[in-house]
Amino acid sequence: MRRQRWLGPAMFMPAILYIVALVGVPFFMAFFYSLTDAKVGSTTYHFVGLHNFVDVLRNPTFRRSLQNSFVFTICSQILVLIGANILALALKDAFPGRRFLRFLILLPWVAPVSIGSLGWKWILDSLYSVISWVGVQLHIFHKFDTPMWLGEPKLAMMSVILVHTWHMLPFATVIILAGLTAIPKDIPEAAAVDGAGFFRTLFQITIPMMLPIINVAVLFGAIFTFTDMTVIYILTRGGPYDTTQVIPSEAFFTGVLGSDLAEGATISIFLVPLLVVAAYFMLRTAHRAEVT
Amino acid sequence: MRRGWFGRLVMWGVRIVFAVILAFPFYWMLITTFKRNTDLNNLENNPFLFNERPTLEHLRLLFHETMFPRWVLNTAFAGLVVVIITLLLAVPAAYALARLTGNWGAQLGIGVFLTYLIPPTLLFIPLSKVVALLGLQDSLWSIIIVYPSFTIPFSTWLLMGFFKSIPKDLDDAAMVDGLTRWGAFVKLMIPMSLSGILTVVIFSFTLVTQEFVYALTFIASAAHQTVGVGVPTFLVRGDVYYWGSLMAACLITSVPIGILYNLFLDRFIEGFTVGAVK
Repeated sequence: MRRQRWLGPAMFMPAILYIVALVGVPFFMAFFYSLTDAKVGSTTYHFVGLHNFVDVLRNPTFRRSLQNSFVFTICSQILVLIGANILALALKDAFPGRRFLRFLILLPWVAPVSIGSLGWKWILDSLYSVISWVGVQLHIFHKFDTPMWLGEPKLAMMSVILVHTWHMLPFATVIILAGLTAIPKDIPEAAAVDGAGFFRTLFQITIPMMLPIINVAVLFGAIFTFTDMTVIYILTRGGPYDTTQVIPSEAFFTGVLGSDLAEGATISIFLVPLLVVAAYFMLRTAHRAEVT
Repeated sequence: MRRGWFGRLVMWGVRIVFAVILAFPFYWMLITTFKRNTDLNNLENNPFLFNERPTLEHLRLLFHETMFPRWVLNTAFAGLVVVIITLLLAVPAAYALARLTGNWGAQLGIGVFLTYLIPPTLLFIPLSKVVALLGLQDSLWSIIIVYPSFTIPFSTWLLMGFFKSIPKDLDDAAMVDGLTRWGAFVKLMIPMSLSGILTVVIFSFTLVTQEFVYALTFIASAAHQTVGVGVPTFLVRGDVYYWGSLMAACLITSVPIGILYNLFLDRFIEGFTVGAVK
């Protein structure tokens, strides 16, 4: 066995090196760029210390993005959490047509998100929106004065939050569903025998037992929401007047389209604190799983 | 749990309401695909009905006058190469981390998975510099090189779970019978974890079709785009949206990917919930 000690490292090193080269190195490059004045297309740069951070924090558009990122993430995650728990309960037991219904419900998560968002762009069209049409028929809206779903700041924010919720809901639902089916059946049954009603069982047994898995759903959901820009890029491009701009989209417009590598990198660094918190919780969950 | 008719009614109500809301955009894509422009653009019409005869014009336009077929091929090609790179690197790594290296193999495995959490929106700016250094800007190869950076971590993590579920005694017995460790891996472990490997193939492929940010950042010209970026950014001419063709493209892209992904979803979810469910 001794002469095979090199085999293990030889088997995992290529994968590790690939990840180090394309995740680890760029990760540190992002920090490095944030301390320089690097631009796309120029090879020279100078160290400017924390100048970029000062600049970015003074920029009202960035402050708006930071605030929007939290609103976007927190609102959509609350909606996802409520919706996913209800839906998971409704899907838990076997019923005729369960597989087909599950397929329909999963589509928003499994279809490419840019494509799904484009579908919503048509549904929320300023002129031909089907929602506006229904509203006109129900006499909620005036015929030639229907809401600009993506054109008014508050409505636009609401729209991107709801579309993102639509996209993330199935993911949280299947995670919670996996947790629900893992609860031993005899525990809720014993509670029922002891006279506990549906809600008592729900709040005193099911939800406490489900907490670890709900944490997982929230953790990944929050990360995937806080760091994503696809829905916003497709629906509003951060508009109108940057009212739906979030940190990732602001980093994209500054660093990629605006060619200001340094400032774009600085903006995206503001994603890191949440990732650190998430990594901490993940490690704790994994550690607990090992101990028990 | 046994419930009365009222409970069952509520359950069905919840199921149907959610299914209608969640699947509605796809139904809307389907209707729009076959509607004439004059029908789509008439505000007097009931948009839920075909007020004029259905048409295949949008599909014809999509396949004959846009680069959509090209984007489909680009995506399929990129997906295929990414899957191959992922398998070559992730399968041995997962086995080694699951078996050969003891406890710190598990720690390293968690470390690998954690890199999956580092999002494209943090890495795209430095990576665009890396892509330029490699001379791959505006080439399909830029994303082929970059995508394994997120398919490998997830695949390694999933496969580690698979290899761990195969009893260690089995490889030991194979080695007593004269196979080397590598021989046991190739001749015994790979065939035994084929279903896990298939899962990884499907996931790496669907993750490629779903990725948006990197492709948008690295590839500028329409000819080298993938479906996910090409349809929303290049199928719009000026300010004119060809909604019929756009929705046709959306439908054609999302339903097959949806079906494929759906088949393997349970395994994918296991990857996220390891540790929280036992």
